[in-house]
Amino acid sequence: MSDDGRGTQRTKALRGIPGARGTPGPQETPRWFDDDAGPVVRPYAMTRGRTTSPAQHRLDLIAVVIAEAGAAGAPEADQTLSPEHVDIVELCRDAPQSVAELAAELDLPIGVIRVLIGDLVDDELVHVTRPVPPAELPDESILRDVISGLRAL
Amino acid sequence: MIFRRSERGKAPVEPVTLKILVAGGFGVGKTTLVGAVSEIKPLRTEETLSEAGRPVDDTRGVAGKHTTTVAMDFGRITLREDLVLYLFGTPGQDRFWFLWDELATGALGAVVLADTRRLEDCFAAVDYFERRSIPFVVGVNCFEGASRYPADAVRQALDLDESVPVVLCDARDRESVKDVLVGVVEHAMQAAAAAREPATT
Ligand SMILES: Nc1nc2c(ncn2[C@@H]2O[C@H](COP(=O)(O)OP(=O)(O)OP(=O)(O)O)[C@@H](O)[C@H]2O)c(=O)[nH]1
Ligand SMILES: [Mg+2]
Repeated sequence: MSDDGRGTQRTKALRGIPGARGTPGPQETPRWFDDDAGPVVRPYAMTRGRTTSPAQHRLDLIAVVIAEAGAAGAPEADQTLSPEHVDIVELCRDAPQSVAELAAELDLPIGVIRVLIGDLVDDELVHVTRPVPPAELPDESILRDVISGLRAL
Repeated sequence: MIFRRSERGKAPVEPVTLKILVAGGFGVGKTTLVGAVSEIKPLRTEETLSEAGRPVDDTRGVAGKHTTTVAMDFGRITLREDLVLYLFGTPGQDRFWFLWDELATGALGAVVLADTRRLEDCFAAVDYFERRSIPFVVGVNCFEGASRYPADAVRQALDLDESVPVVLCDARDRESVKDVLVGVVEHAMQAAAAAREPATT
């Protein structure tokens, strides 16, 4: 990430963008649209005010949530789970779901979905796959598959 | 839902998921591009922003558009049962630039959509991906009424590295968008290959 001077002609465009020249300060940690969109009061009531949970740490939007085979019982019978927790388990039992899809499907902010998924991971009702960063892909074959898959659409 | 319920007792397929970002200025066609190839209607969170907060010339070339997307929208392309590509449209409003860090982490690559009538709107996106070494392709969205600049003129105006592909596209056209996305993946492959073999040229 060297700055070789390229882009200097464009710096005008950066004016007025807070922090555009650096990484966000701690107070600007990405928090999604929790503050900017969506109904936040009820969702945060749902998480009992928690905005973090150990297991949801840095859950990527394309991390995939998978119901544990042992979760075949009835999560709705678990008194500690909210209806939204149960919804997540049921959606994931039908098919693995990305974090982004769960947020969209249940119409909840990403931050709230992360907390709820964290609870379910703690309860061993679901597990989450960590997406492989492209730089860590073992070889090019997956990218070749992506290209041929796109061409075949 | 990505997949049908797996057979009873069988462990579900755990898919490999990849993401490509779609960035660019306000109203340049990001949501349109995502929608052109997504197998689901682009999912999004939108909020109407008042026109008052924006500089007057921001709406040139986007006549008739009065709302903008403040969160992200995303689409999905299931390439194989075990291989799913997600597209994320970044927020059009620069004041939400910080959302990109989260979107950009682990991204395979990006499309920067440009409108030749207001090329400067994509400067911030170009700078961002350059600085983070995220492979990107510039897609020049060909709106009617916009003069057709040759790709090279756009490259010069944006001061792009020679390796960055510039393609003319139509964000509403599925085939055109497929070509753009293939270009992103090919460029990402080349960038990865170049990173593996430094200083051979
Ligand atoms: N003629 C033409 N119109 C387009 C094209 N792409 C998008 N549009 C139109 O331009 C308008 C804006 O497109 P959007 O896809 O909403 O743009 P956006 O980048 O998502 O906008 P924001 O999220 O608000 O920044 C819509 O009315 C589209 O129909 C194109 O290639 N050609
Ligand atoms: Mg949009």
